[in-house]
Amino acid sequence: MTTSPEELHDVRLHVNGSVHEVRVPARRLLSDALRHDCGLTGTHVGCEHGVCGACTILVDGKPMRSCLMLAVSAVDAEITTVEGLTEDDGTPQGRLSPVQQAFSDCHGLQCGFCTPGFLTTITAGLAENPDPTEDEAREMIAGNLCRCTGYQNIVKSVLRAAELGKGEE
Amino acid sequence: MKPAPFAYLRPATLEDALAALAGQQGAKVLAGGQSLVPLLSMRLAAPSTLVDINALPDLGHVTVTGDGDGAGDGVRIGALARHAEVLASAEAAASQPLLAMALSHVAHPTIRNRGTTVGSLVHADAAAEMPMVLRLLEGSVDVASVRGRRTIPAAELFAGPLESTLAHDEIAVEAFFPALAPGAGVAFQEIARRHGDYALVGVAAHVETEGGEVTRARVGFVSVSDVPVVVDVTGAAQDPEGDPAGAALAELEPADDIHATSAYRAHLVKVLTPRVLADAVHHARQRSAQGKSA
Repeated sequence: MTTSPEELHDVRLHVNGSVHEVRVPARRLLSDALRHDCGLTGTHVGCEHGVCGACTILVDGKPMRSCLMLAVSAVDAEITTVEGLTEDDGTPQGRLSPVQQAFSDCHGLQCGFCTPGFLTTITAGLAENPDPTEDEAREMIAGNLCRCTGYQNIVKSVLRAAELGKGEE
Repeated sequence: MKPAPFAYLRPATLEDALAALAGQQGAKVLAGGQSLVPLLSMRLAAPSTLVDINALPDLGHVTVTGDGDGAGDGVRIGALARHAEVLASAEAAASQPLLAMALSHVAHPTIRNRGTTVGSLVHADAAAEMPMVLRLLEGSVDVASVRGRRTIPAAELFAGPLESTLAHDEIAVEAFFPALAPGAGVAFQEIARRHGDYALVGVAAHVETEGGEVTRARVGFVSVSDVPVVVDVTGAAQDPEGDPAGAALAELEPADDIHATSAYRAHLVKVLTPRVLADAVHHARQRSAQGKSA
């Protein structure tokens, strides 16, 4: 049996303020395009069917599952991955964002696999609700799974990030 | 866990999209993709072509028509309106409060940011909230094809499990959820293992009242049968000794699966039905009282 080569599409992705020109088959998931074609391996792929939340990215500022989008369908979108959360302070590695700093302060991660999805989700969540209650913090992260921390320290990290975001040290 | 190959089209006009669908027996429409992409990745679906409608203009609307007193009044939702946009519309919630009540239970906010309400309707999942809500409210879906446009009433939209009555060349372009009439009330509750998960059982009620007395009562169920189902329980709701849950269960065969046994689902129907009906009656009386004072 012979199969014809799969058609490839030229796709221009806008990720973290840079343009990535990639050539991908239509079936390339956005999560795979970010990792394999753009080389941005900060976005992690867990379940690949929208349940675990590890691959969550920001699309035009809103959290979405990159494993539930096709790269070819993301052409007009402004994408932010976990790599794009770090703030530029003139150093090569940049400065941790308030949410990243809070995870470090509060031991909000252990193995770190789920962390990119939490960081993006919470970044968008705090932009919408900068001063969440503990219940609202839990609701904010309800769509993300973590198998290490038991969530307690992630909830603390959300509340701490809210403090940091308001400039309370 | 990767989709099988497919051809991909991203038309810029509805006419081009309809022509593409008409020419392809095995084509599927991609809107939000929050149900379709997992099906592709798990290879439960393998369409020959995906027609991506995300670049089409004028389909992202959430429009409220009328002032709530007329038959044509209600909420019109375009095919590209995301669940989150419908949920955020205060005008939509004022016209038909059940929309927001149910939408806050649809998956997680992250999924609602991408998934579309119209897509959820034509995906026709009996475990999803919005198909049942459309049936309960007696709404409709407008579909287009190269052959023209037609309106499918909710009662005729669901053919079977995950199967709508759209033809292969039709695109659902707009859904219509009727406004809540004066003197009517609605309520929604569901039980899920974790917030945002598929409901083990979800129940919504729609009641109409006159002078505080129930004149019509209907209850819709999520995840109980393999199609979205609505049962008229007016008689049982009017009788102080009546058993609306029993009346509903007489019409239902709760499904057995890995998430819950049939017996447990029946138990949840018994618990939730009277609660939700009471909430809806309360809602109706509250609205009538406000209507009089206003």
